[in-house]
Amino acid sequence: MKIKMPRWFYQLASPKWFYDITGMLLPWFGLAAILLLLVGSIWGLVFAPADYQQGNSFRIIYIHVPSSILAQSCYMMMAIAGAVGLIWKMKIAHVVAGACAPIGASIAVMSLATGAVWGKPTWGAWWVWDARLTAMLVLLFLYIGVIALNSAFENKASSDKATAILSLVGLVNIPIIKYSVEWWNTLHQPATFTVTEKPAMPPEMWIPLLVMVLGFYCFFAVVLMIRARIEVLEREKRSDWVKKVIENYGR
Amino acid sequence: MGSFTSFSDFIQMGTHGLYVWLSYGIALVIFIYNIVSAYLLKRQFFINAKRRLRREQGTI
Repeated sequence: MKIKMPRWFYQLASPKWFYDITGMLLPWFGLAAILLLLVGSIWGLVFAPADYQQGNSFRIIYIHVPSSILAQSCYMMMAIAGAVGLIWKMKIAHVVAGACAPIGASIAVMSLATGAVWGKPTWGAWWVWDARLTAMLVLLFLYIGVIALNSAFENKASSDKATAILSLVGLVNIPIIKYSVEWWNTLHQPATFTVTEKPAMPPEMWIPLLVMVLGFYCFFAVVLMIRARIEVLEREKRSDWVKKVIENYGR
Repeated sequence: MGSFTSFSDFIQMGTHGLYVWLSYGIALVIFIYNIVSAYLLKRQFFINAKRRLRREQGTI
């Protein structure tokens, strides 16, 4: 069975097109990431009011929540890209999936570490074996598994297939993270942002948070594009256009 | 300054200075790690690729 897709979808599959378009997008995402992260963190650290219960430790939210959201989005992107690669035999999709893994792992570490640092003054413990925390730790292990599996094969086609399947299987963890605070009794507070309801926080608290979330996404896009572009060149190194890119580099 | 009474109050974050600055420090380190590791990957690729290209052109 072959599903007809719009034209841009097939253009995306062309390595050269991908390399050129990401080269154009990169500086803009970089600029946006720097601006959003600067504005968001200064706003969150200096101007947002302190929480009436948690005091100033609440400011950790501006790192913890964006990194937790990004760690999960990055995983979903990796799994979806893997699926696209499997279904349409699209190499670029596997390239993107492979580039997601190391970034996602580092962001998951950020989420867990800042959570621990926030947990100490709030719950009195760096770590508890709580449903949400454990599910997040499983997410980190899934990332590490994907990275290990990706480097375990000599043949790119086999490692692409294997990592895509592992990331798809691990996708089951994402709803577990999301609903862990509802399904189990947990110390962890429920979601800060939901699509359907107004945030429980005042705007001067949640607007900087939104700015930080966008900043994290832009930063992710930047690192993802840098890594994916290198992988594209590596895989296409026999083609003429890549030889030209290599010759012109550093001149 | 902002929602703080003084600069030292801002540095101390009430009583939570250690935790707040540690969190932002962790974030900064991981951000820098991501940029540096991606850049090193790029540099290594071009060093190897240039060498390979020179070798190929030399033999033809």
